[in-house]
Amino acid sequence: MSAVLFFIAAISAVIGAVGVVTLRNPLYAVLALVCHLVALAALFLLLRAEFVAAAQVVVYAGAVMVLYVFVVAYVGGGDEIAAGSSLRILGPLFAVALAVELFIAMLGSALQGIKGDGAKFHLGFGTPAHIGRLFLTTYLFPFEVASLLLLVAAVGAIVLARRRRGLEDDDRDFQQVRAAARPAYTGTLAEAVGVRRVLEQLEQAHGGVTELMGGVPQDREMTPTIVGTSDTKKSGSDESGEEQS
Amino acid sequence: MAIGWYLAVSVLIFCIGAGGVLVRRNPLVILLCLELMLNAGNLALVAFARMHGGEAGQIFALIVMVVAACEVTVGLGLLVAISRRNLPIDVDELHELNG
Repeated sequence: MSAVLFFIAAISAVIGAVGVVTLRNPLYAVLALVCHLVALAALFLLLRAEFVAAAQVVVYAGAVMVLYVFVVAYVGGGDEIAAGSSLRILGPLFAVALAVELFIAMLGSALQGIKGDGAKFHLGFGTPAHIGRLFLTTYLFPFEVASLLLLVAAVGAIVLARRRRGLEDDDRDFQQVRAAARPAYTGTLAEAVGVRRVLEQLEQAHGGVTELMGGVPQDREMTPTIVGTSDTKKSGSDESGEEQS
Repeated sequence: MAIGWYLAVSVLIFCIGAGGVLVRRNPLVILLCLELMLNAGNLALVAFARMHGGEAGQIFALIVMVVAACEVTVGLGLLVAISRRNLPIDVDELHELNG
């Protein structure tokens, strides 16, 4: 019975792996990886690693794959043509050579254990209770280091993927603020002393300093007129900014 | 089943993943192939843990999962940053670090 289960799981795992490599659409590749991971979890169960199998399904096939699917949807992974360089031929050759080498190493190994079904194991081998106890006693330090690593990776991902605010962004914001309608007798010092360039820009925007007695700018619609100059270089990050929220 | 069969499956998956890293050009698929290789290593670790009857291999496999999750997070963050800058999603085009 376990042999049948093993072959079903192993074949579907290998098929899933081949699907990841060969499928053109990245979304299908991700789905093939999900199939592969579930089959691998079945193999873990056959090896009596219950907790590892559960973590595989929950963490990998659940959380990480959702992340992948989101990024595929965001990046919009179009059809990709396989490598046209010499790697197209050399890559599979290298993989086959690696497989032959590893099989030779495995078959020629002096390990007697790999021919057997495995050593005797105590009751509760691989259960969450036992793994958890080991993590909090013998392997406490790796556990803490792993949690710290996860924290660092989360912060790093946020830093990498956040919206950059470069110089041009600040410049644009400043122009937007300057072009906005505002109550009379408020403004920058440069306008107060009458720097000509600033006044010209205000003229271009809405015909000089507007007199709003209420103190609340009412016509926000006129503000984009002056922004048009810096619109071209901003168009790329503008649409991505919506995804951030 | 003998432990050797599990190791054979692990070898196959690892080699498929290694070939995929070399052949594919989309960074997303390369990350997926890296996942394949890490999972092959996990399978070997769990198989050896079964062979020895100890649980250190399973602990190690769980730590490998954590490392893989970190790698995926940072890699996908990089990918999002690349697509934000309207750079091509292609490792052959992305050979310059300036940008």
